Amino acid sequence: MPLLLFLEQTLNGLQFGVTLFLMAAGLTLVLGIMNMVNLAHGAFYMLGAYFAATLVPITGSFFMSVVLALAGAAAVGLLTEMVALRTLYSRDHLDQVLATFGLILFFRELVKIVWGPIAIFMDVPDLFSGRVEIVPGAPYPVYRLLVLAVGVTVGGFLWWLITRTRLGMLIRAGASNREMVGALGVDIKRLYTLVFALGCALAALAGVMAGPLYVVDIGMGDDILIKTFVVIVIGGIGSVRGAFVAAIIVGMVDTFGRILPSQFGLSATIAELAIYILMAAVLFWKPRGLFPAAG
Amino acid sequence: MLEVRGLEAAYGASQVLFGLDLTIGAGEVISLLGRNGMGKTTTVRSILGLLRPRGGAITFAGSAIAGLPAYRVAQAGIGLVPEGRQIFPNLSVHENLVATARPPRAGTSGEAWTLERLYALFPRLAERQANMGNQLSGGEQQMLAIGRALMTNPRLLILDEATEGLAPLIRAEIWRVLAALKQTGQSILVIDKNVEALSRIADRHYILEKGRIAWSGDSAALRGDAALRGRYLGV
Ligand SMILES: Nc1ncnc2c1ncn2[C@@H]1O[C@H](COP(=O)(O)OP(=O)(O)OP(=O)(O)O)[C@@H](O)[C@H]1O
Ligand SMILES: [Mg+2]
Repeated sequence: MPLLLFLEQTLNGLQFGVTLFLMAAGLTLVLGIMNMVNLAHGAFYMLGAYFAATLVPITGSFFMSVVLALAGAAAVGLLTEMVALRTLYSRDHLDQVLATFGLILFFRELVKIVWGPIAIFMDVPDLFSGRVEIVPGAPYPVYRLLVLAVGVTVGGFLWWLITRTRLGMLIRAGASNREMVGALGVDIKRLYTLVFALGCALAALAGVMAGPLYVVDIGMGDDILIKTFVVIVIGGIGSVRGAFVAAIIVGMVDTFGRILPSQFGLSATIAELAIYILMAAVLFWKPRGLFPAAG
Repeated sequence: MLEVRGLEAAYGASQVLFGLDLTIGAGEVISLLGRNGMGKTTTVRSILGLLRPRGGAITFAGSAIAGLPAYRVAQAGIGLVPEGRQIFPNLSVHENLVATARPPRAGTSGEAWTLERLYALFPRLAERQANMGNQLSGGEQQMLAIGRALMTNPRLLILDEATEGLAPLIRAEIWRVLAALKQTGQSILVIDKNVEALSRIADRHYILEKGRIAWSGDSAALRGDAALRGRYLGV
């Protein structure tokens, strides 16, 4: 493979990896701490993109639209948690799967009613529409670099939140012994609502960032949701650090899986399988994932 | 401070507490005695709101707390050192202490608990600050569980089997700490099997037998009545 193509694809892989991480961080916390399988996580990815795509022409500011879209998705997440999900924590996983699958259908219909069935487009903001030559002779889109930077920054922020703050301590404490956290005077339900809303905002951020790169449509959350589950299983359920590492690996494998086979004259269908083969291999070697959460 | 009247509690269909009465005054140290399975832990769980009482009334510092969720009861000022210690294994000693720490409620007297004051009480914990909960010995875990409860600045401290399974030296250390806490005016409800140590530190005792209070009285009465101890405590 030519070196320039290799470098470009590496950046693409990293950029897809951090997008997956934004999705996986919330999902792994919800599953690891609340023991809740939430299939509707992809809906917040979709909502984030729709919100931002609608807001950009209104506000005229990409940054402003992102902030509002995240706040909007977090608010919808808050409402969803309080109205629907709270009653599901104590139920078994099958009930959760069925109920949150129902939520997917609900949000799909809702989006169809509000925005119509046709995909909408979101432009790359002017400020980031250019290309830069990080490597001479290989101009790379600035916007994709921005996505990469945002993903790494959010990763750093989450690391700080979870390892350095009271909230993070309580999140980890709740993962190991939720009854005791309550018995020491912390309203664990409120903590869960907060974590859930944060997860929704991160999913929405992933959706917003993906908006200008792909299309904003009703199915956009489904494909990424499946890959997100692969990420959190590989990373170790409940581990944000594991989610980060696994997201980068999956992003790379998925990206190179698309181009490598053709380089060697193989069928491209291998690409579709690559990350699942990876997951099976990791689980064979480490059944609880790369970074099993303590407790 | 705490008043329990006619408390009834059950696990599903099997009733464990049958109308239990108990009071603790401000600054008092009270013991709750009884053989295995008599309902001591169930009493504590009912007071804390970890188990919803079937009946009866619980008043703490003037307000009814029966049926409230555990976090509200804890916020009202009850600090729990649970049976089995239950420290957070994936948090460091320092984090175990600060994660759920709370300043004293407005209007309460007495010196507030801070990390410095706590580490002065348990120098061992100061040395182990950076270690994870699951790297501690049983005795250190017990000190951590007590420290964690104190950091919520409770008006009433409840200890459920705080010396169980510990080496004699560590037990002595825990009794020393409880005596020091009593000196500061801390109200304490302590559940333990060591009648000798309890009769030295507690003001009054309750003996629980099959979910009811079978006897209550002061230390002199408990010490003087060997038949009583033989009958209800098997010692
Ligand atoms: N979760 C539970 N489900 C059903 N029954 C229980 C449960 N916990 C305790 N019990 C029963 O309730 C009764 C009282 O138990 P409890 O733990 O309150 O006793 P205890 O006095 O604390 O005993 P120990 O000295 O062994 O700690 C026992 O018969 C016990 O078997
Ligand atoms: Mg017990």
